[in-house]
Amino acid sequence: MSITSTLTDGRVAGRAADSEFVRRLKRRRTNETVFICLGLAATSIGLIALAALMIDLAASGYPRLTADFFTNFPSRRAGQAGILSAWVGSLLVISVTAFIGVPLGVAAGIYLEEYAPKNIWTNIIEINVSNLAGVPSIVFGLLALGLFVYGFGTGRSIFTAGLTLALLILPIIIVATREAIRAVPWSLREAAYGVGATKWQVTQDHVLPAAVPGVLTGVIIGISRALGETAPLVTIGALSFIAFLPPSPVSADFPFISFAWLFEGFTVLPIQAFNWVSRPGDDFQSNAAAAGLVLMAITLVLNGVAIYFRYRLRKKLQW
Amino acid sequence: MNTHTAPTMSSATIGAAGEMLAGRPKITAKNVNVYYGEKQALFDVSVNIPEKSVTSFIGPSGCGKSTFLRCFNRMNDTIPTCRVTGDIEIDNADIYERGLDVVQLRARVGMVFQKPNPFPKSIYDNIAYGPRIHGLARSKTDLDQIVESSLKKAGLFEEVKDRLHESGTGLSGGQQQRLCIARAIAVGPEVILMDEPCSALDPIATARIEELIDHLKENFTIIIVTHSMQQAARVSQRTAFFHLGVLVEEGVTQMIFTNPRDRRTQDYITGRFG
Repeated sequence: MSITSTLTDGRVAGRAADSEFVRRLKRRRTNETVFICLGLAATSIGLIALAALMIDLAASGYPRLTADFFTNFPSRRAGQAGILSAWVGSLLVISVTAFIGVPLGVAAGIYLEEYAPKNIWTNIIEINVSNLAGVPSIVFGLLALGLFVYGFGTGRSIFTAGLTLALLILPIIIVATREAIRAVPWSLREAAYGVGATKWQVTQDHVLPAAVPGVLTGVIIGISRALGETAPLVTIGALSFIAFLPPSPVSADFPFISFAWLFEGFTVLPIQAFNWVSRPGDDFQSNAAAAGLVLMAITLVLNGVAIYFRYRLRKKLQW
Repeated sequence: MNTHTAPTMSSATIGAAGEMLAGRPKITAKNVNVYYGEKQALFDVSVNIPEKSVTSFIGPSGCGKSTFLRCFNRMNDTIPTCRVTGDIEIDNADIYERGLDVVQLRARVGMVFQKPNPFPKSIYDNIAYGPRIHGLARSKTDLDQIVESSLKKAGLFEEVKDRLHESGTGLSGGQQQRLCIARAIAVGPEVILMDEPCSALDPIATARIEELIDHLKENFTIIIVTHSMQQAARVSQRTAFFHLGVLVEEGVTQMIFTNPRDRRTQDYITGRFG
C-alpha cells in the first residue's frame, strides 16, 4: 500500500482518494517550483541592476581615482578637480549626525519601549515616529531652514547640516531600537528583576547589551541614508563650489580643541557629484562617477565597521 | 528528614509535624485577590507559609498557583495590567506597603523560574551580579567567596570550578537551573520561590534539584509550584491545592495526598481531572 492511502485513512481510503491526493500533490509541487522561480527572478533583477550600476560607475569613474582626486579642491578644469572639500565635508557632517542622532534615537527608543506607560498617547507617538521615518527628506530640509538657519541662527553650516540629518535618521534609529529591545526575551528581564535589579539596572546591564546588535543595524541604515542625502542639505544652503577646508578641530595651542569647524560652510559628496553631473562634457561626468564610487566606498566601510562590531557583540552574547 | 520515608510517617508524627510547621509562619497571606485587567485570577486566598520548610502549590494549569507565587516577590508588578489586593506579610511586615522598595523585597525573596534563564554572561558573573548591585562584597576576595559558597550550596561547584569564566548558557539544562538557584542564593535571601523549576529538565536533573531543595530548606523558606504531584509529595512538608483561582485545601503534604478533605482535591490527586 502506498503512503497516500495511509494518509487519507479513516476518511475515504481507496484508489479514488489516492489519485485525487496524487493530483493535488502534483499541483502543490508545481506551485512551489513556480514560487522558487519567481523569487529567484526577483532577486536577480535587484542584483543585476546593482551590478550594472557599479560596473558603469567603475568604468567611467575608476581612471579618475588618483591620489590627486582626493587631495584637490574642485576646479573649473575637470582634470584638476578633486573631492577634498566634499569628502571632508561628508565625514564631518556625518560625525555630527551620528553624535547627535544616535544617542537621542537610542534614548527615545529605550524610553518608549521600557518606560512609557502603555496608553493612547504612547500609541499616538509610536504611529507618528513610524510616519516620520517615511517623510520625504526635503521636508526635513525645509524645517531645518526655518528652524535652525533662520530661527536659531546656526547658519548654513556643518552644524546645521548635522542637526538636519540627525532629525532625518532619528525615527529610523528609534524604530530599530524599539524592535531590538522588544526582541530581548522577557525571561532575561525576569532573571534580573528576580535578584533585585532596578528597572534601569535591568535595562542597562541586560536588555541593552542584548539589544545592541539590533540597534547597530538601525544605526547602519540611518547613517547610510544620511550619507547619501542631497535635497535637505541643498535646502539649508550647502555650497556647491568650495575651495577651502574648515579649520582643524585640533590645534597646537591651548585649549587644543576647537569647534570653529562646526560653523563653517561645507559641501558633501552627493552634492559635489550632482554639481559635476549637471555640467556638459564627458570629463565632468567621469568626475561625478568617481565621486559616486568614493561615496559608495565610504558607505561600505562605515557599514563594514558596524557589521564587524555587531558580529563581535553577537559572539559575546551566548544564549 | 529523608524525602522517601516521609509518606510512611505515622499519623501521630504527622499531627506533631503539622502543628510545629504551622506554629511559626514566615509568610502570611490574607484575602489575596489578583486581577489581570478585568479578569480575576485569584479569589480571597489566605495561607500561612511556615519558616525553613518546603511548601508546594499544586493544581491544574491556569489555576492561579504561579500567579500567587509571584505575589510574594511582587514580580506581578512588572505586568502593567496586574492588580493585587489583600495582605501579604513576611515576618509580620506588609510587603505591599506604600513606600516599600520592591528591590529590597526581592533581595529577601529570591526566585527560580520555569525555564532556566542564566544571564548570557560567565558562570561567575551570573552569580556575582546580585551581590554586585546590592554591594554585598567589599573586595574581590569577598565576591569570590560568595560565588564559591553559592555554587557549593547549589551543588554545582565541583562541576564548574574549572570553568567559572565560561558562559553560563553553555551548561546543561539541569546545571543551568542549579546555576539559577546559586544566583538566587548569592543575594542572601530568606525565602526562595520556585516556579516549576524542573518542568524543563530530565528525570536525573530533576532528582538532583529535588535533593538540593531538601538541603536548602535547612536555611531557606521555600515555596515551589509544581505540576508533578509526585514531586510535591517528595519535596514538600505542606501542600496547597488550587483550582480555578481558589485555594481549595492546604495542609500537611501527607494529609493532602492520603486523606484530602475536599472532593476536588481528591479528584485531582487521583487523576480524575487536571
